Amino acid sequence: MTIPTTNTENADGTAGSAIGLVGTRKGLFNVSVSDGAAKLTEPAFAGTPVTNAMCDRRDGTWYASLDHGHFGVHLHRSDDAGATWVEIAAPEYPPKPDDVSHLNPFTQQEVVWATQLGWVIEPGHADEPGVLWCGTIPGGLFKSADRGDSWQLVESLWNHPARAKWAGGGFDDAGIHSISVDPRGPGRVLVGVSCGGAWRTDDGGDSWTIAAQGMRADFLPPEMAGDPEGQDPHRIVRCEASPDALWTQHHCGIWRTTNDGDEWVEVTEAGPSTFGFAVAVHPNDPNTAWFAPAISDEVRVPVDGRLVVTRTRDGGKSFDVLTTGLPQEHAYDLVYRHGLDVDSTGEQLLMGSTTGSLWYSGDAGDNWQTVSNNLPPIASVRWA
Amino acid sequence: MLARVTMVTFAKAIRRHAECPDHNVEGDTLGAVLSAYFHVHPGARAYVLDERGAIRRHIAVFINDDLVTDRDLQSDPVAPADRVSVFQALSGGAQ
Repeated sequence: MTIPTTNTENADGTAGSAIGLVGTRKGLFNVSVSDGAAKLTEPAFAGTPVTNAMCDRRDGTWYASLDHGHFGVHLHRSDDAGATWVEIAAPEYPPKPDDVSHLNPFTQQEVVWATQLGWVIEPGHADEPGVLWCGTIPGGLFKSADRGDSWQLVESLWNHPARAKWAGGGFDDAGIHSISVDPRGPGRVLVGVSCGGAWRTDDGGDSWTIAAQGMRADFLPPEMAGDPEGQDPHRIVRCEASPDALWTQHHCGIWRTTNDGDEWVEVTEAGPSTFGFAVAVHPNDPNTAWFAPAISDEVRVPVDGRLVVTRTRDGGKSFDVLTTGLPQEHAYDLVYRHGLDVDSTGEQLLMGSTTGSLWYSGDAGDNWQTVSNNLPPIASVRWA
Repeated sequence: MLARVTMVTFAKAIRRHAECPDHNVEGDTLGAVLSAYFHVHPGARAYVLDERGAIRRHIAVFINDDLVTDRDLQSDPVAPADRVSVFQALSGGAQ
C-alpha cells in the first residue's frame, strides 16, 4: 500500500483524502480525513511540545520543530509520512562578537544569541528543491539548502540596523512566525515579525525592505503607532494564486495588502471582534479569508463565550460569522497564530485551540465537526 | 601518568531523547569531561549545551554532590573518580 504523504484532490477539484499535522504541547498528532470523517492518530514525540510541523508538498517530507524546554529546540524529519522520524540539525546562532551589544529594547537586557524557539518551518520555492526556511526566537531567519541537514542564519536580515528595534511579542524576545515564499520567484520572500513588522526581499535575501506600511500599533505612543518597524502582525498569509495579496491578523486588528506589502489597509469590522492571532487565506481567491476572533488584547477568549470563525469573501467588506458545529456557550478557546489552516482546495479547514479542541470543516467553514475536545493545547495545525 | 577517568551519567529524562549512556571519559575540568563525552556521543550535546557551549538554562549538572555554577565556561575542576551527573532542573517544567 502506498502511504499518502500529501493531500489529494478529486477530479472535480474537491478534496479527496487529507492529512493534517497537529502540533501540541504534548506531541504531534495526525488527523486523517476521508469521506468527510476525521480521525486522529497516536502522537509522535509524546510528552514533548511540538511548536510547528509541516509537510513539504514538493517531495512529501514532513518536518517538526520540537521545543524540549529543558533540552532546547530540536528538529525532526520524516520521509515516510510520520512512520519514522530522524533528528536533523537545529538552527544555531553564530557566536555574538565581543564588541556587539544587542539589547532587548524593553528589558534592556542583552539578548542571548541562541535559539529559543523554532517557531515556523516553511518549504522554499518550487524551483529550489531541498530549500527550507525557519523562523526563530530571538528573531533570526534561517535557511537550509539540504532539507534541514544544516542551517545558515540569514545575516542580511539579522544584521539589519532596524532589527535593534524589534521587541518581544508574547515572548521576551522578538521572533519570526510567518515566512511567505512568493511563488513568482525563489528570491522573493516576506516574513512577519512579532514585534518588528513585515520584511520583504526580492533578491534572495541580499537586501530587505520594510513591508508593514499602513499597520498601526496601539501599544505604542501615538506618534510611534504608525512606525512600520514597531508592528506586531500575529500572522501573515499569502494567496498562492494572487501573490500580491496578503492578509494579517495583527495585534491591533486586521489588515490586507494587494501590493505585496507596500501598503496595508485596515479592515475595521469583522463580526464580533477584529482581535485574534490566526488567519488563513483561500489559495485561489485573494478576497476570501478566515479569522478566529477573541475579545481583545486584555481578554483573550471568545466574545460572549461563543467560539466563531469569521469569513470574508469580498476582501474584507463584509464577514460571515460561522458557528455551526462550534461551541456557542462557555467556550474559552483561543486559537494561536498557527492554529488555523486551509487546504489547497480552499474547502477544508482545520482549527485547534489552547483548550485542546480540534475542529474540521469540509465546506469552507459553513459547518464544523469536532475531532477532539481532549487534546493538549494546540500550537499549530497544517494540512499535509 | 594516570588517566583522569570520570563517570558521566545522564538522567532518564534526557536518555529518552538522545543516546547518552553512562560513560567514563578523561578530563580535568567539567568542560573537558563534557567535551570528551560528546565526542563519543555527539547526539546528546545539543540537549545539554546551547550553541554557545553554555549549559542550557534548565539543565542541572553536578560534580559529585556539588551543583556546577560556572555554566558558561565549565571551568570547575574534576578529579579522577569523580562522578558528573546531568539532570533536568525542575525549573522550566511547567509545560
